[in-house]
Amino acid sequence: MSDTSFAGRLRSFADSDLFYSFRRSKTTVIAAAALALLFFGAIFAPVIAPFDPFDIAHLNLLDSELPPAWMEGSNSAYWLGTDTQARDVLSSILYGLRISLFVGFASVILAAVLGVFLGLVGGFVGGIVDAVIMRVADVLLSFPAILVALLINGVMRGILPANQHESAAILVLVLAIGLTNWVQYARTVRGSTLVERQREYVQAARTIGVGRLRIMLTHILPNVLGPVLVIATINLGMAVLTEATLSFLGVGMPATQPSLGTLIRVGNEYLFSGIWWVVIFPSATLAVLVLAVNLIGDWLRDALNPKLR
Amino acid sequence: MNAAPIKLKSREAPLLQVKGLKKHFAMSKPFLNRLLEGGEQQTVKAVDGLDLDIPRGQTLSLVGESGCGKSTVARLIMGLSSPSGGSILFDGADISRAPAGQPADIRRRMQMIFQDPYASLNPRWRVADIIAEPLRTYGMCASRQEQRREVDRLLEFVGLNAKDGDKFPHEFSGGQRQRISIARAISTKPEFLVCDEPTSALDVSVQAQILNLMREMQRELGLTYLFISHDLAVVNFMSDWIGVMYLGRLVEVSPAAELFANPQHPYTRLLLDTIPDLEMSKRDRQPAAGEVPNPINPPPGCHFRPRCALANERCRREAPVLRVYDGGVSASCHAVEEGRANEPITVQASAAQSLRAAV
Repeated sequence: MSDTSFAGRLRSFADSDLFYSFRRSKTTVIAAAALALLFFGAIFAPVIAPFDPFDIAHLNLLDSELPPAWMEGSNSAYWLGTDTQARDVLSSILYGLRISLFVGFASVILAAVLGVFLGLVGGFVGGIVDAVIMRVADVLLSFPAILVALLINGVMRGILPANQHESAAILVLVLAIGLTNWVQYARTVRGSTLVERQREYVQAARTIGVGRLRIMLTHILPNVLGPVLVIATINLGMAVLTEATLSFLGVGMPATQPSLGTLIRVGNEYLFSGIWWVVIFPSATLAVLVLAVNLIGDWLRDALNPKLR
Repeated sequence: MNAAPIKLKSREAPLLQVKGLKKHFAMSKPFLNRLLEGGEQQTVKAVDGLDLDIPRGQTLSLVGESGCGKSTVARLIMGLSSPSGGSILFDGADISRAPAGQPADIRRRMQMIFQDPYASLNPRWRVADIIAEPLRTYGMCASRQEQRREVDRLLEFVGLNAKDGDKFPHEFSGGQRQRISIARAISTKPEFLVCDEPTSALDVSVQAQILNLMREMQRELGLTYLFISHDLAVVNFMSDWIGVMYLGRLVEVSPAAELFANPQHPYTRLLLDTIPDLEMSKRDRQPAAGEVPNPINPPPGCHFRPRCALANERCRREAPVLRVYDGGVSASCHAVEEGRANEPITVQASAAQSLRAAV
C-alpha cells in the first residue's frame, strides 16, 4: 500500500525512475538549476532587486547609460549598468522576467485546459462536433502561430477602449497566446481519446450504465493526461518566446510595464549607439530561460516515453 | 417448415431470446469517392439472421473461427452496438434498440465479462473503486461503509483478499485481474452474464481456475451464461448448449454432449477434427481445407459450400435454414437434411472424450 503522507510521497518520488533518470542527465540538472534560479529571481523580484525600475522618484538621470559594474566609468551599485532612463538593467530584467513567466504560465494553462476539453469532447463524441473542432484546429495550424496571435491581439485591442490598452495588455497577451496554442493539446488528447474509448474498460463502464460525461471525466481523462504534461512544458518555452516576439513588435507589454521582449525592443534602438548592455542582458536571460525550459521538456518527453527506457 | 431455434428441455420461457438478429457494417468508400470513381455500396454481414434461446440457469456457448461474428453478438446483446435488424428479448422485454446500460432496471440484471483482463480494468483506478462502480451507478449501497463491505465480500467471493481493494490493477496477474473483472460483473447481482472469451488471454493452468469459479458461480447464484469462445475444450467444460457460427450465421445448435458425440454439420465436424488431443497427438489431423470466404462477398447459397466435401448443386443454389432434428439438435445443412452426411465419425468422438478427460 502506498504511503500517502507528504514525507512518504517525497520518499517514493526520490526512489522513482523519473527522479533517477533526472539525476543521471547532467544537462537536465543544469537546466533545472538555471530555471530554478530564474524562477526565484522572478518571484522574489520586489525583495531582491536592487532598485525599483518603476519608481520614477528614485531615478537619477545623471546615472543613465552607465556600463556594467566591471567596466570603466561604471557605478558599482548598478551591476549590469543602466539604460537611457537611468533604470537599473538587472532590476528591469527581474521584473520583466516576472511578467514574461506570468504570461507564459497563464497562456499555457489556458491553452491546455481549452485544448484538453475540446480534444476530449471531439474524440469521445465524434461526428459533427469532432469535425467542427478539428477543422478549426486545422485552419489555426495552417497559419503561423505568431500571425494568429497578432490577429487575436489586434481584434481585442480594437474591442477595448484606448485608455485601457496598457492595463489590459497582460490579459490580452494571455488570451492571444492561449487561444493560439490549444490546437496541439486538442489533437494529442483527441488521438488518445479515440484509442482509449475503444478500450475494454470504457466498454465495461458503458455496459454498467455509467453516463457519457462520467466516463469522459473519470475514465478517459486520467488516461490521456500523460502527454499533456510534456506538451505543456515544451509549450511554456514557446509561449514565453511568443510573448517576447509580440512585445518586441510593439503589440505586447507597454514600456511602462516591460517584459523581457519589451526590454529587448527598447534596448534594440540603442544597440548601435554603443550601450549594448541594455539589449544583450535581457536577450541572454530570455535565451537561457527558453533553452532551460526546452531542455527539461525534452528530457521529460524521453523519460515518460516507455519505448525509450 | 420447422426452422425453429433450440428446442427447450423445460417449458419455462427462456431468459434471453434473440430473433433474426442482424448487424451489417457499411464498408463502402466515402460517398464522394463513390460518386466520382463509381463502385457499389458494400456491407459486411457480421451477424446475419441469428436465432437463439438461452434457458434460465443454463449456458449457451457460441463457437466459430475468428471473424464469424460471435463477439458482435455479445456486443449487440449488451447494447454496445445497435443491431441492423431483429430483436433481443430479455425476460420478455425488447432491449434491442436500447443503448448500453439502458433501461437501468433491465441492464442491471445482465453484465459482461471481457476478453482481455489487462484492458478491461481502468489502470488508474483502485480495485475497490473498479468493483464499486456498478454499485455506485445503480445506487445499491446506502453508505460508503456498506459499499466497502460489499466490495470486500465480492473480493473474497472470487477468491481474492479483501485487502486487495487498495491496490491498482497492474499489481495483479492476468487470472487475478479476471477475478476482479468477474467481481465487478456480479456486483449488481445479475441473472445473466455475457462472457466474451473470458479465458483466452490466460495461461492454461489459470484458465481452469477461472472456469471452475464461473461454474461455481452458476451453481450458487443461478446465473445464465452466454459464453463465447473459440476453444472447444473450454466450451465443452462450460456448456449446456453449443451454437456453431460460420460467417454470421448459426450452422448448428445442439446440446453440448450431443454436439461432441455426434456432430451434424460438416463445419462442426471440421472444427472438432482440428482439436489436438492427448491420446493420438501425433496423428495426422484433417487440415481445415480452404479459407473463410471474403465476408463482403460471400458465396451464394450455403456459405460453407466452397470448403465442404458434401456440397452439391443444391448447396450452390439455395441457402440452408436451421432445422430441428432428434435430441434437440438443429443444423442448417442440405446434406444433413437429405441424409448424405452419415459417414462414421468415431475419430472426432474419441477426441471429444479425451478432451473431457483432460479438462
